[in-house]
Amino acid sequence: MTTHVESQAAPAPAEEFLNRPATPAQRIHAVLHRQPALSPAIVLVLAAVMFSLVNERFYALQNLSLVAQQVAVVGALAVGQTVIILTAGIDLSIGAVMVLASLLMAKLVADHHWPGWLALLAGAAVATAAQAVNGLLVTRVRLPPFIVTLGTLSIFTALSLIYARGRTVSLQPGTFLTWSGETVSLGQLHLTYGVLLVIALYAVVGYALRHTAWGRHLYAVGDDAEAARLAGISVNRVLLSAYVVAGLTVAVAAWILIGRVGGGDPNSGLNANLQSITAVVIGGTSLFGGRGVVIGSLIGALIVQVFVNGLALAGMDPNYQVLAVGILVIAAVSVDQWIRSVKS
Amino acid sequence: MTTATAPVLQAKGLVKVFGRVVGLNDVDLTLYPGEVLAVIGDNGAGKSTLIKCLSGALVPDRGSLFVDGKEVRFKRPRDARDAGIETVHQTLAVAPALDIAANLFLAREIRRKGILGSVFRMLDTREMKKQAADHLERLGIGTLQNIDQAVETLSGGQRQSVAVARTAAFGGRVVILDEPTAALGVRETGQVLQLVRDLRDQGLGVILISHNMPNVFEVADRIHIQRLGGCAGVITPQSHSMEDAVAIMTGAKKLSPEVS
Repeated sequence: MTTHVESQAAPAPAEEFLNRPATPAQRIHAVLHRQPALSPAIVLVLAAVMFSLVNERFYALQNLSLVAQQVAVVGALAVGQTVIILTAGIDLSIGAVMVLASLLMAKLVADHHWPGWLALLAGAAVATAAQAVNGLLVTRVRLPPFIVTLGTLSIFTALSLIYARGRTVSLQPGTFLTWSGETVSLGQLHLTYGVLLVIALYAVVGYALRHTAWGRHLYAVGDDAEAARLAGISVNRVLLSAYVVAGLTVAVAAWILIGRVGGGDPNSGLNANLQSITAVVIGGTSLFGGRGVVIGSLIGALIVQVFVNGLALAGMDPNYQVLAVGILVIAAVSVDQWIRSVKS
Repeated sequence: MTTATAPVLQAKGLVKVFGRVVGLNDVDLTLYPGEVLAVIGDNGAGKSTLIKCLSGALVPDRGSLFVDGKEVRFKRPRDARDAGIETVHQTLAVAPALDIAANLFLAREIRRKGILGSVFRMLDTREMKKQAADHLERLGIGTLQNIDQAVETLSGGQRQSVAVARTAAFGGRVVILDEPTAALGVRETGQVLQLVRDLRDQGLGVILISHNMPNVFEVADRIHIQRLGGCAGVITPQSHSMEDAVAIMTGAKKLSPEVS
């Protein structure tokens, strides 16, 4: 029989130590732990202030409008990427799925004269199906998400190029699919409908993650899949649903991409796969799953774009923009490591 | 011996192997409503494997399970739960980043009434917090001041209290507790043992896995002894002493086939 040690009530000195006043670092840690989007929000504000001081053209509404429009596609993709990363997964193929869906939508309208809304639905169906393939390989064949999506990245990219025969597809402006690229002006602020779509996307997915059982189960699975299973959650169903939901958000991203490109381009969005992961990570979502909020990813995408834009306005060599993004990613993951390591 | 009441949970001829390793070898188990059945055994005797088969966490390779006399097949933990069997696993199975209330209601969340709940699937967080606070207060276990606390900020004992509270709050027919007092202090252990008695008095069947012989002899009505993957016998605290139980468990003594 193994000896059983009963834990006694903590003795006075330990009690005293536990109840010692928190150091400033501990207080900050506790707040950041509760609010994962807070540290990226602070970085965004600091960066905006810094670049405004360097060049006052930065905070001109015209420039901010440009930043918003440039961030739309990656911002939309980052929604689906966040949902997948919250399950402790990763999707390297998400940008490739977006390009495939956008090409299909554009070609159905341009070559086959489908109505725009029907083409959008068809593109959404293909994006969802493509993500379901990722999800089924993860849940049924039990492959790691990294490997699955590394493979499907090549497959979907190749399918796009084969399907488009390497050519771009132009669409008439003023049609249903290019509506996402049309400008809406709020005074001096010139946004596109695509930007508004992105905001709506964050609102809907943010609500689902925070206020529905599905959202809670997603966090629970990402946190500890075995514990979630024992608690009665169908882990595979939740994982598959994450990829399917991501597919739907990718369809919206594809629509926004069409608005920005003015059609379908198999070579657009080449860096979108990694850019969406960058946005999510800088936005405070843990790559280890179960921690983060979707709005953080929008902030993360904005931080990257603000640095790119601000450094350009400061007259820096574009290579420094890439350098800055690299440093941001390392810094963000370091902060995440610190936040997760010490228990408050 | 025949009992007037029918068993609430019965396992017959359970076999579970892991590769070449035999986890369970033809194990029978019978649990009556309103009794505490303790399961004891040395490390590797198959206690946890047995419990996992009863709670749907593992699917036995052979054998059959009956709940209230009806044959059941548990493919996943959810199935066992739907049949009224709640389990506290040794690993506790709590989601660290979620708060106490969210953990109590994990996979049985309450939605808001009306259109918010039916169409927008909105959770009724306030109601769940209220009920969670009620459950914890009624149990009186642990010192959990704040229901909004993430479980990862709790001590091992407090986490265990959350896991036990979840099981006690929703246990329909059977409650299985795998080492529920392992991380608890003397006072909290006493509270959990009292909880075990309360659940029994409510007419539930309780299975208690423990290494702690005094605890087992204090609350158990019958004691199922596992040894080397098989059942070495079922005794009662009246029929045998603690020393006998340890001797049977370690193989120093054999139990004669007539079983109480």
